[in-house]
Amino acid sequence: MKEINVNVCLGTTCFVMGGTNLNELLEIVPKKYGDKVKVSGSPCLGLCSINWEYSKAPYVKVNNEVVAEATVEKVLNEIERQMTNEQ
Amino acid sequence: MNNNSQAIHLKKEILIRLVKAFFSENFPQNARLIPYDMRPKGSEVPYRCCIYKERAILKDRCIAGLGFAIEEDDETRLLSDYAQKALEREIPQNDPLTVLDAACKGCVPSRVYVTNLCQGCVARPCQSTCKFGAISIVDGKSVIDGTKCKNCKMCISACPYNAIVKLVVPCEDACPVGAIAKDENGHAKIDFDICINCGKCIDACPFAAVHEKSQIIDILRRIKEGKKVIAMIAPSIVGQFPGSIYQLKSAIKKAGFYDVYEVAQGADITSLNEAKEFAERMERGEKFMTTSCCAGYNQLIKKHMPEIKPYVSTTKTPLFYTAELVKNKVPDSITVFVSPCVAKRTEGMENPNIDFVMNYEELGALFVGRKIEILSCEEEKFDKESSKQGRNFGVTGGVAKAVQDASDKQDSIKPCIISGLNKDSIKQLKKMAKDGCNSDGCNLVEVMCCEGGCVRGNATINNSRSAYKVLNEFVENSPEIKEPKK
Ligand code: FES
Repeated sequence: MKEINVNVCLGTTCFVMGGTNLNELLEIVPKKYGDKVKVSGSPCLGLCSINWEYSKAPYVKVNNEVVAEATVEKVLNEIERQMTNEQ
Repeated sequence: MNNNSQAIHLKKEILIRLVKAFFSENFPQNARLIPYDMRPKGSEVPYRCCIYKERAILKDRCIAGLGFAIEEDDETRLLSDYAQKALEREIPQNDPLTVLDAACKGCVPSRVYVTNLCQGCVARPCQSTCKFGAISIVDGKSVIDGTKCKNCKMCISACPYNAIVKLVVPCEDACPVGAIAKDENGHAKIDFDICINCGKCIDACPFAAVHEKSQIIDILRRIKEGKKVIAMIAPSIVGQFPGSIYQLKSAIKKAGFYDVYEVAQGADITSLNEAKEFAERMERGEKFMTTSCCAGYNQLIKKHMPEIKPYVSTTKTPLFYTAELVKNKVPDSITVFVSPCVAKRTEGMENPNIDFVMNYEELGALFVGRKIEILSCEEEKFDKESSKQGRNFGVTGGVAKAVQDASDKQDSIKPCIISGLNKDSIKQLKKMAKDGCNSDGCNLVEVMCCEGGCVRGNATINNSRSAYKVLNEFVENSPEIKEPKK
């Protein structure tokens, strides 16, 4: 199975626009998926500076998929989706 | 902390757009276009009945962002006019809150209501418990007569089916002093004569209809003019942004501020003075003293509880000492308090040493609008490191602890804590004022308007749990206010 990489943006825009709860992913994901899913925090992913895209912050990347207006829920769903697609 | 995430997101977006517009070549024109940029022709209508109403509400939000009262808007004035006026304004408007009439849904009036879960039972406990004869049976079901009902809620607990509910108006319910209520048209109005500016209605309204009147344009104008604009950051700011507070300092300077001071520095002065004052009062035989640093509490005293005044510490707030210090050091500076809450705006208006107030959301919007990445900023230390105690002022219990630690006779202090002003805690304070003592035998009463302290102020960004963790670590690594006695 292909490895899934989750990249949580901890940049200023994402933080200010409501990304503070996403920190929890750094704890939840390893607990839930062990080493099947790698999760890390990252400085600005560069998505917020495209046009008015900051209005869709916070962002999380699950492999190459961008989750906009991310919530813990949405990100977990995306992980599940990619896992089932793999199988 | 507002948990209305959708609504708060919108408010921040408006502020960011205003910042961007301010720095564009044509501020008034670009400000005018904000509602159209956010809801361009043909775009979907996420919240309201139609795109025109969406834009009208966004315009109102911009008016608040530009620092004007929406109540005074006659709808004919263009946003570009407001932007221009904001640029010309010398002093910000009074009364820091404003309500968007068009966004206020005018929730159903607060009352007790029988839902259709009513089984029309034979026992009819609701009817027999009601002391006011407000309940009658119509078509086999209970009905409440609003003219007789006194909202005592006895029927709610009597009904075995949980069929009776209390309908609340969130803002009315949240206001500890009854200052916000629906007017004859069903829209919320604030009575500024009794409002203590605690900001609880801002958090409570699910339609985000209550706004702070921002001073961000006033501040940005001073920065653009090259004035020495100095930020004084409240202790509770630690944990509200990514990175360390030292990185935050250089980020704020990058945004155009001349310098940054920790208000925790003033908090250290407050603690030491208040400890002295406390000892003197006890010597005089007084039974208790309350703290005096919370602006919401100070408004409450002024407008609702003058009788407690003799028991309130006359020591000044951390912000007072910090602003004094800054103005002495840099006399031609413009001082800006960076605040977790709306209440401090009133203190800013009353103290000539404090020129403007900017909340955490507005500072965040400034960073986003100017594309400032805190994590890539250098660390820059403060001239003077504040103490552990001063840096913990924004957490419930922190002020009492600081006064205690600053005192020479720590054992004489028996602190107790009021964490959050609400109808019950106000009653408690009134009782203390009346009795002239505190029934629990405590002699130092710490009062904070927000439950949990300033870390839960209405304009905070981070959730309190994660903010507290960061703040706590920072506090632990800070120096003591005084060498502890061996
Ligand atoms: S801060 Fe998250 S993408 Fe820039």
